[in-house]
Amino acid sequence: MDTKLITRRRAIAAGVASLGGLILARRPTPLPPTYGSLLRAGDNLTYAAHRALFPRGSLAREYSAAEITPFPAVGTINPATSVNNEVGDRYRELQRHAFAEWRLPVEGRVGRPLSLSLADLRRFRPRTQITRHTCEEGWTAIAQWTGVPLAAVLDAAGVLPSARFVVFHTYDGLVDCLDLVDALHPQTILACGMNGRELPVAHGAPLRLRVERQIGYKSHKYLRRIVVADDFDDGGAEGDIRNGWAWYTGI
Amino acid sequence: MIAEPSARHPRWVRISHGITAVALLLLVFSGVEILMVHPRLYWGNAGNDLTPALLELPISRNYKHGGWNGEARTYDIFNQNGWGRSLHFLAAWALVVTGIVYVAFGVADRHFRWHNYGSSQRGAYLIVVFGLAPLIAATGLTMSPAVTAAVPALLRVFGGYQSARTLHFAAFVALTLFVAGHVAMVARSGFARQVRGIVAGE
Repeated sequence: MDTKLITRRRAIAAGVASLGGLILARRPTPLPPTYGSLLRAGDNLTYAAHRALFPRGSLAREYSAAEITPFPAVGTINPATSVNNEVGDRYRELQRHAFAEWRLPVEGRVGRPLSLSLADLRRFRPRTQITRHTCEEGWTAIAQWTGVPLAAVLDAAGVLPSARFVVFHTYDGLVDCLDLVDALHPQTILACGMNGRELPVAHGAPLRLRVERQIGYKSHKYLRRIVVADDFDDGGAEGDIRNGWAWYTGI
Repeated sequence: MIAEPSARHPRWVRISHGITAVALLLLVFSGVEILMVHPRLYWGNAGNDLTPALLELPISRNYKHGGWNGEARTYDIFNQNGWGRSLHFLAAWALVVTGIVYVAFGVADRHFRWHNYGSSQRGAYLIVVFGLAPLIAATGLTMSPAVTAAVPALLRVFGGYQSARTLHFAAFVALTLFVAGHVAMVARSGFARQVRGIVAGE
């Protein structure tokens, strides 16, 4: 119990420190477009209310190892077999060589663009958290995730003051973004480990995102590229919004 | 029995009643759609296709799909949650905003008069206003990961995410029964007159 409290306190302190450096003195984040839809306007109302009412650094509940549950793998479970384009081909190549050649570009509105290997990522101070994955379908599963706080990676890349969104491109052909509140949140991590083992392919190997204050589909698997952006990027044909899925899913 | 013959409903009552009725219908409609995507109920924090269910409702198109093939689903599941969830929350916002306006007007206008109601009716309304309505709202909020990060007590109060989801469904069933009873009593006390009263203010 005590160690949990200390961990939480330390996490909050770290979160406040990184948020303080990056968020203060920024222009407010604009609302994403509604595309003329009442449903999207409702999503934006929820987003604005959450950002106005809730503390930025509040932590999602963390669980004990005894509470870990079986974890269904849904959506894409292997881009090598289900993504039929050059991105899927590239993933197949990377997978064949145990992701030794895998690199994660961190680029866009940053002072020092990065291209990180898994070894590079392991040099960051790791974070392990046991959290609940909350699927929009209604099921939940608890797992332990090990990785690097996205805030630390963004800090190393030097996010420019005008930046307000972090865009993720994945090997399963998705493009999605987070605002800086969730991107810099201490529990938002780039995870390469699950339940004490290497992240399985079905769960997003070699690296996936964990965004613990939003619904599961924001925790993208198979990360390919991170782009820091000034403006909202709906991902176009590769974004969830094209199919009517809410961008902000804190609810 | 519900209202005095002389009790004309003012315009704000009629408008808020209309918005509330539409919002409730949309909440039921989208809520059932959301439940159809995963019609299994659990207790505690976690529950999914790989864990036992407390209750499994036979309301999904292809739910009995044979489970999992290795680590993958054997078929794509019925899922219209893209619009279903957003519609659910939009209707919830409409209900909350209308409810606040209604109560504010009602207090200012002294609309809430107990002598209009019989004792069993009073009991039913008390259960809804102070029991089921707060329960369905709070359990709904407990399913929001951003809300429970800000207010962790919600998960403790309801015994976890899945318990809150199950209670949300139970409250929905109870409220549906109440609405059915409400409509039946309106019908018994003179359907045409009551509807005229609430719609046209006559």
